[in-house]
Amino acid sequence: MAFSLDTEQERQFSEILSRYPNKQAACIPVLHLCQAANKKSIDDDVIRFVASRLELSSAHVLGVVTFYSQFNTVATGRHEIWVCRTLSCALRGADALLATCEKKLGIHVGETSSDGKVTLRTAECLASCGTAPMIQVDQQYYENLLPADVERIIDELRNRDDG
Amino acid sequence: MARLTNYITKNYGKERSFDLDVYESDGGYGAARKALAMSREAVIGEVKAAHIRGRGGAGFDCGMKWSFMPKESAKPHYLVVNADEGEPGTFKDRTIMEQNPHLLIEGCIIGAYAIGARDVYIYVRHELHLAKARLWAAIEQATKRGYLGERAMGHPYPIRVYVHTGAGAYICGEETALLESLEGKRGEPRLKPPFPAQAGAFGCPTSVNNVETISAVALAIEMGGDAFSQLSSLHGFNDGGVRLFGVSGHVKRPGVYEAAVGLTLRELIYELGGGILGDRALLGVIPGGSSCPILLPNETVDVPNDPRFAAWQGKNVLDLPMGVDTFRGVGTMLGTCCAIVLSDAADPVVACRNLMQFYKHESCGQCTPCREGCGWLDRILDKIVNGKASMAELNLVSEVASNISGNTICAFGDGAAGPMLAFVQKFRKSFEDYILTGGQNQTRRLVP
Repeated sequence: MAFSLDTEQERQFSEILSRYPNKQAACIPVLHLCQAANKKSIDDDVIRFVASRLELSSAHVLGVVTFYSQFNTVATGRHEIWVCRTLSCALRGADALLATCEKKLGIHVGETSSDGKVTLRTAECLASCGTAPMIQVDQQYYENLLPADVERIIDELRNRDDG
Repeated sequence: MARLTNYITKNYGKERSFDLDVYESDGGYGAARKALAMSREAVIGEVKAAHIRGRGGAGFDCGMKWSFMPKESAKPHYLVVNADEGEPGTFKDRTIMEQNPHLLIEGCIIGAYAIGARDVYIYVRHELHLAKARLWAAIEQATKRGYLGERAMGHPYPIRVYVHTGAGAYICGEETALLESLEGKRGEPRLKPPFPAQAGAFGCPTSVNNVETISAVALAIEMGGDAFSQLSSLHGFNDGGVRLFGVSGHVKRPGVYEAAVGLTLRELIYELGGGILGDRALLGVIPGGSSCPILLPNETVDVPNDPRFAAWQGKNVLDLPMGVDTFRGVGTMLGTCCAIVLSDAADPVVACRNLMQFYKHESCGQCTPCREGCGWLDRILDKIVNGKASMAELNLVSEVASNISGNTICAFGDGAAGPMLAFVQKFRKSFEDYILTGGQNQTRRLVP
């Protein structure tokens, strides 16, 4: 079935459009909306939907999707863990946090755990340098971490009852 | 002795510091009220007198930038706030958006009025979810109280503020890439001219300013432009007011501190930052985000032909006041004023490689010298760190970096090449040691 938005999402879509002088400017916020509505990834259906609703070419929308790191074109776990790897965090132990994540989850960076629950990624500087090292889990920042903290965060994530 | 100020940060840490009532209990929105009773020209005049140098890294004078906006034009004008904070080592704008969002909104009202804009877009990077939520909530509160909307602050002048979000691309902090991204395109920087003041967002006159810059405007209007400028010890360099200083890496108390412009690196590292972790020696400091060439603790100020530098000539760079022009004078940049501190436990070659991985990942790919050059730098550094590079390849690093500089549309390329060249020049022996011995005499790590 072709991709569509539900009533509440359609309301958000209209609200987003009202912020800009043209439809194209809504492209990135609308892609965020659709990605969230499509199990956190953007496929050809979503691209066609966004292109048609914003009166853009599919090529334009695909170009936007592939430019930005926060748009996923492949299936993603229900949760995402981002480990900041850039210098300020690296100086305070980011490597150890990443190693802990990989060991605990049994996956490498860029992979999703076999239960489909967690995708592990590295991030470039997340503007949290004064509280380094840090990780981001979905929309939440966790700062000033030791490897033991990361183990606890992953345990909590695993125990969350979200299918 | 470092003296902290608390104009931007006075509500930081207070309960519900982001709430309108908390902000107003201390005179909040008084500056916007004052500004809208003035003429546009008078507002810009005050901002010019405040000598607010752009806090996003480029250091351009805010009042000057606003004065480039056309007085009248048939097209709408836009104010765009750059909140795409992502320069490695930089974490100051986030604190304003999360803990004092109304200061930014108040600055937006003043800025929009001054440049003749009705619509303001705050471009926040996607990852900063709390900042976005706090800003949307602040906009809603300010609209309900009549500070935003069809009659801003009760005046017959409409001002609407929106949060626009990116999707994870460092380059969108470059102002023309940001405008492309705002227009719903790939964030590839534009050729200039035309400058945004002529053709910015949606082809209309636009001013793009950093979060902290716009916040400083509200302070400058409140106390008067000249009084704000005089807070700085670099008033004579036309670098005025107070600003946020960040310090991260190997210091005991990393964080964001507010002080008058003109603080020294020594004060930032050893007083505010509490000194080096484990009381080790300082290896070097990257003064204002990763695009600023690293400074070593034994470097001295050598600007003999500029009388403004006479007081510091021959002195240690750590004792030079941190200003846009002072740091340009000693071959680095003030950038975002957020320093990354490396103790002697850190391996400079590994640190350099970490940064070049960042630039390789974030190059937008539009200009060949940057797209290919950053990839080459990353690959050669990988070989060096793994002990597989030759001396010829070490020289190739300098060649590749030099070929990026000045050959790209935007400053990203220079931001990668400058630090690379500084690392190779200042730590050449460490790089050579990796090539000759596989780095046996280096720490080969970043963590103490």
